[in-house]
Amino acid sequence: MARIDAASLDITQLDRLALGDTFLHRLDPRAKVLVTAVFIIAVVSYGKYEVTALVPFVLYPAVMLAQGRIPFRVIARKAVFVLPFALAIGIFNPFFDREILVRLGPLSINAGWVSCAAIVARSLLTVAAAIILVAVTGFPSVCWALERLGMPRTFAVQLLFLYRYIFVLVEEGRNASRARELRSAGKRTMGMSTFVSLIGHLLLRTWERAERIHRAMLARGFTGEFHARREFRFTGTDLLFLLGWSSLFMVMRYWNVSRIFGNLVTGIFR
Amino acid sequence: MHMADALLSPAVGGTMWAVSAGAIAYCSVKVRAEIDDRKVPLMGVLGAFIFAAQMINFSIPGTGSSGHLGGGLLLAVLLGPQAAFLAIASVLVVQALFFADGGLLSLGCNIFNLGFLPAFVAYPLIYKKIAGTRPGKIRLTVAAVTAAVVGLQLGAFGVVLETTLSGISSLPFETFLYLMQPIHLAIGIVEGLVTAAVLSFVYQARPDMLPAPAASPRHTLRPARAMLLVFLSAALLTSGVLSWYASARPDGLEWAIAKVTGQEQLAEPRSGIFPTLASLQRKTSFFPDYSLPGPDRPATHEAAERGAAASASAADLGTSVAGIAGSLVTLILASLAAFLLRKRPGTA
Amino acid sequence: MSHHIVEVTKLRHVYPDGTEALRGVSFRITHGESVAIIGANGAGKSTLLLHLNGHLVPSEGSIRIGDYPLTRTTLPEIRRTVGMVFQNPDDQLFMPTVYDDVAFGPLNLGIPREEVEQRVLDALERVGAGHVRNKAPYHLSGGEKKRVAIATVLSMSPDILVMDEPTSGLDPCARRQLMQLLKEFHHTKIFTSHDLDMVLDVCERTIVLHEGEVRADGPTREIFADERLLLECRLEKPLSMQGCPVCGTASRR
Repeated sequence: MARIDAASLDITQLDRLALGDTFLHRLDPRAKVLVTAVFIIAVVSYGKYEVTALVPFVLYPAVMLAQGRIPFRVIARKAVFVLPFALAIGIFNPFFDREILVRLGPLSINAGWVSCAAIVARSLLTVAAAIILVAVTGFPSVCWALERLGMPRTFAVQLLFLYRYIFVLVEEGRNASRARELRSAGKRTMGMSTFVSLIGHLLLRTWERAERIHRAMLARGFTGEFHARREFRFTGTDLLFLLGWSSLFMVMRYWNVSRIFGNLVTGIFR
Repeated sequence: MHMADALLSPAVGGTMWAVSAGAIAYCSVKVRAEIDDRKVPLMGVLGAFIFAAQMINFSIPGTGSSGHLGGGLLLAVLLGPQAAFLAIASVLVVQALFFADGGLLSLGCNIFNLGFLPAFVAYPLIYKKIAGTRPGKIRLTVAAVTAAVVGLQLGAFGVVLETTLSGISSLPFETFLYLMQPIHLAIGIVEGLVTAAVLSFVYQARPDMLPAPAASPRHTLRPARAMLLVFLSAALLTSGVLSWYASARPDGLEWAIAKVTGQEQLAEPRSGIFPTLASLQRKTSFFPDYSLPGPDRPATHEAAERGAAASASAADLGTSVAGIAGSLVTLILASLAAFLLRKRPGTA
Repeated sequence: MSHHIVEVTKLRHVYPDGTEALRGVSFRITHGESVAIIGANGAGKSTLLLHLNGHLVPSEGSIRIGDYPLTRTTLPEIRRTVGMVFQNPDDQLFMPTVYDDVAFGPLNLGIPREEVEQRVLDALERVGAGHVRNKAPYHLSGGEKKRVAIATVLSMSPDILVMDEPTSGLDPCARRQLMQLLKEFHHTKIFTSHDLDMVLDVCERTIVLHEGEVRADGPTREIFADERLLLECRLEKPLSMQGCPVCGTASRR
């Protein structure tokens, strides 16, 4: 129950953020999709023991959050949700990979901890990038961009339909499980037989809904084709945005900015 | 069960992206070619249904724990493989974008593990073969449980394989396998039972839900050919993993030396005699001279690092490239072959 | 203008499970009429509506919309002529934004883009929903959804407007606004409803269905005056025609 509530809240929140009207929101969705892709590839392309080089990449989410007027807690909430999954696997690293990698005076850190930290850093960065993309673009526009970048129309339509009816179905699922909860004397989860009939009914209603939607589509002349309407023009600004970030990511990928700074700083103190 | 970007290397992630994108393209063409435009809203709404259903928990009898429906097999039965695959893939896309449930790079892996395997392996090769056209309750249950178990075992195996191949997690292959497979056996049984129960529930209320989607005239691969393909790709993948595994680990002695002597000594093998040591080399090269900064260092640093990074990635791909890349390419080819073969029986 | 005529002759419909939902329904609706089809649950209203747009095929009898009999070949033309608004706007509004949804019909008709644009804006203006055009359907209130649902049909410039339960699920204010809107349309209008006060207000003619047959067909006011008829068909006089239970004064008529 808590999950289904949180889920609909999450989607609605991102959806509302996407209604914003900042410089970032107005960019061509394709530019944003591509920048996100370059970012993620750059981040995951590091070796497993690289932590410091990842740090400069925080710049991207930070700038985007600020420019897109996205509250930081939106990202933080997702991160809290996602981290356990990455950690569940990453936490094994320190036990299997025990070679000492870093010595800081009396403190020695084994390779496993370093790679575990790298996993956490990668998690945070990639999660942030995905959420930011949706928050400044909106799901329908992301779909549009993907379609223009080669995704089949059928799948784009599928995504849009899915997205539209997630709101309806989550609501219905929530009502059904709430109705069950009210009559089940405080038992948190339901037994399998209750679950099956609840889900079964939901499925039947969903099926009938699909039939009604189909009728509504036919009534408006649907012949199996979807006609795109949304049009964006890929302008110079979009190109600049795309090339600017991408080349920055490249630079950060090939030169460890953290280390350069580190050396500079320690050099000064020497 | 969802793969995360953090555990994935670009090579593995990219390959799986390519495979899944290919499957999406293929299924889109197939679904579009079907005359049945009823499926357009149906796929969308059923995708949303699965999305909602996954968030409703039930308690698993006798364990005190709770589970939820995965839904891949259920969709495959209701929609047929191609449409179901698209529906599952779309759910995963939304989850990746809105909940960071799995990442964008790992989307390819997740679509393959949770979409392709149930829709194109578990459903046609197992469920359909056992259930036939009008199954009774017992037959339906047996079919669903078997198919769900196989689907989830394969999916879990996929996760293990993809994670190990990526090399970000240090979990040894076998350990990870022992962790994943038994859990997913349990999950698979529950998934199968719930799927069967939901199916018999809706069939009772709406018998027409059964023939309508199943009425798609196409048939799946002829069993012998299909099994051959599955085994072939499984064998290739396994051999790839094994060869990688055998070559990528530094052997025991060197490992022990490395542990005992620490990094100063390890700087020596950096000259690169043993390519298998490159992964160690990389570890040592990234954090080496914390105490030795100096005005003249940065330049050499960069050079050293770039060299190390290059040899490190060479090691990731280098020794095992034949095994891993080979089998992944084979997997793509196998899937492609499967698609082409599937086309043959015609859409009459 | 003969193409605004709806003529249903001896329509019979039997569902695959053997239920006989319509047993020989006949009526004729002419240009500009505003007709309510009322009846208890299961009287056959929805089945009848689904025939007007060709979603269900008659088991017997025929339907003529304007100059054409309803057949497979005339179906596209008839679906353009008859604008059908379904009861649940969530089923009707399936596109990502209101604008996309209202444009869906015209684009399917192959109308050029600029004209589609104009039609969408006009239709939304007409129902007073211009300000929500870039919103997603799930962010709309119930009343807005209903208006947009009507706009999705208006943008196809139909001659005949068919609505299933137009006022269901609306708050009193939204209901009142919608009724006002419906009265402004010059289309031939066919509604089904349980909201008999709305029927009294908006429709001059009423057809009463009872167990798959036309039980009565005439001026709305006369039909609602026939208490025996209403009782037999499991219906009730609209509240506005009943005496006031509090002060005892007779109704406004």
